[in-house]
Amino acid sequence: MSHSPGAPAKAEGAANDPVRAAAPRLETAMEAVKRRYLNIDKWAKRLWSLVRAILLIGMAFVILYPILLKVSAAFKTVEDLTNPTVMWIPEKFSLENFRTAIDVMDYFDAIRNSFVLSAVTTILQTLSCALAGYAFAKLPFRGINLLFAGVILTILVPPQTILVPSYVNFKSFDVFGLFHLTTGHGLNMLGTYWPFILTAATGNALKSGLFIYIFRQFFRGLSKEIEEAAFVDGAGVFKSFVAIMLPNAIPAMVTVMLFAFVWQWNDTFFTSNFLPNMNTLTNATLGLPYKVSVLLGGGAGGSAQIDPFQASMLVDTGLLLSILPLIVMYFFVQRYFVESIDRTGLVG
Amino acid sequence: MSNPKRSFQQRKALTGMLFLTPWFLGFVFFFAVPIYNSILYSFNELKATDTGYSLTFKGLENYKQALYVDPNFVRDLMTVVGEMIVNVPLILIFSLFIAVLLNQKFIGRAFARSIFFLPVILASGIAISITNAGFMQQIMQQALASSDPTGASASGFLQSVELRYMLLDIGVSETIVNYLTGAVDRIYEIISQSGVQILIFLAGLQSISPSLYEASRIEGATGYEAFWKITFPMVSPLILTNLVYTIIDSFMNNKITQLIDTTAFKNLNFGLSSAMAWIYFGIVACILAVSVFIVSRRVFYHE
Repeated sequence: MSHSPGAPAKAEGAANDPVRAAAPRLETAMEAVKRRYLNIDKWAKRLWSLVRAILLIGMAFVILYPILLKVSAAFKTVEDLTNPTVMWIPEKFSLENFRTAIDVMDYFDAIRNSFVLSAVTTILQTLSCALAGYAFAKLPFRGINLLFAGVILTILVPPQTILVPSYVNFKSFDVFGLFHLTTGHGLNMLGTYWPFILTAATGNALKSGLFIYIFRQFFRGLSKEIEEAAFVDGAGVFKSFVAIMLPNAIPAMVTVMLFAFVWQWNDTFFTSNFLPNMNTLTNATLGLPYKVSVLLGGGAGGSAQIDPFQASMLVDTGLLLSILPLIVMYFFVQRYFVESIDRTGLVG
Repeated sequence: MSNPKRSFQQRKALTGMLFLTPWFLGFVFFFAVPIYNSILYSFNELKATDTGYSLTFKGLENYKQALYVDPNFVRDLMTVVGEMIVNVPLILIFSLFIAVLLNQKFIGRAFARSIFFLPVILASGIAISITNAGFMQQIMQQALASSDPTGASASGFLQSVELRYMLLDIGVSETIVNYLTGAVDRIYEIISQSGVQILIFLAGLQSISPSLYEASRIEGATGYEAFWKITFPMVSPLILTNLVYTIIDSFMNNKITQLIDTTAFKNLNFGLSSAMAWIYFGIVACILAVSVFIVSRRVFYHE
């Protein structure tokens, strides 16, 4: 309890002290007992711990509740759904839901696609944003502030504003009419990874502005001495960036990579528009209710009755499967997640 | 003496330009050009043709349609802005409170932290944007659409299980029930949207020098006073950061963005969609500017 702003008991403790100090020898056994059990300071502390524990456990439950619900649903069988004694733990554990959901979603294919997409954009985005962030922090030139205002603008403008033109742009991609001259039409990049690769490599993908900002803040916090020592030793600006600055920027890079990966993995917005036919995890999950109802309805156009509980059970399993890779990843990296933010200088 | 130094500065500036070239190209091609086109579309009617698309100038027609004709746009916009105004202060207060709690020492702190950061990876994702209820509704609608009469009775049965009806049955007044169920819904919404904010506040709390608290304790300050006189001013710049982040985040995925999306890609009315997007952006920008203006005047900077 070095500094706990919430502990409200400091004043009472301070007020008790002089009384005790004035008559230390008069303390009888009775008073010792009193001091031990009636000390307001201690009881307030205990009460606070209790309140804090209840609050935290309650809210942790709220966070975990949907996940627990899905886990519970995923192992149930159809019989368990109608069994009134089954609330959380199914009577008959079954992996049938997993099998069906994996089948319907084409799960492993979806995972591979999502992983490739997220990994590629993450790496490209981290590099391009690190370059830009370093330039904004340490390599000033005339007009650089204007460009940085551009970065802020990319953070502020909602992606929806530029969605339609980007869509048209990627549908018939062209640089200065070059492709029109040579082939007569633009390149159709929809349905390929190229829109993501190009925007990530140039630091204009999903939330790139934020990442550039994080890198800029971080590099600004790095001391000038390291940089100058590298120059004195004869390293060029570029070499000092690669050999000195990037290794020092690992905390910031970890943060950016984590966020870039997670946000790309979770993105439904760009993926569903630019990669409508690619079986990524988000697209598979978005299409899940429809596919499940088709499956349970006995094929497309089938008129068999759909049991909504069974359908929701399958959808829950699918959702669980789609967040499972992230949760597994989170277990391994959450230490960095928690620690890295305060080393990035984002708050300094 | 000054000559090599200037050339060093020049070399730095040149490298800076070189480093920024990829970003600048991307900015022009994937941001500035689309922005310009988006403004253009919003004043035109866009029609897809064989060779690409054609534009017919319509003036303010698209804006008029979005504001006066479209049945959903204005109503959804009001809902979204209203929800934002209610949620943002709650998210900020909640995340600061949780960050203060998670910064204290107690058994299982690392575990508690990892649970509270879980929304960072799960929020903004499919798990949130299409909640279970949404899925169920979709299935119900599909069940109804396939002219299945039993689907309706099933959905009625589902709803009767809900807390709301239970409370109404016992005879609690309807306003209270609505408020309670609304608050319960909101708790999850707020918790799931505060992951990043908690992370940022926690990092800020950890960067406050312990000597400040020690000094204040020696002077006889209570924990309550220490919070308002030390913690709060020291994290106040982060309140601004989190305010901006929360507002932007709350505008990323909601009814309006879905409406803009469907207008463009389901109804193929690109002009109207662009006009909506610009009205939306204008309102977001105004809200950001006003709230940043109000808060930034109260922010305390330590240095």
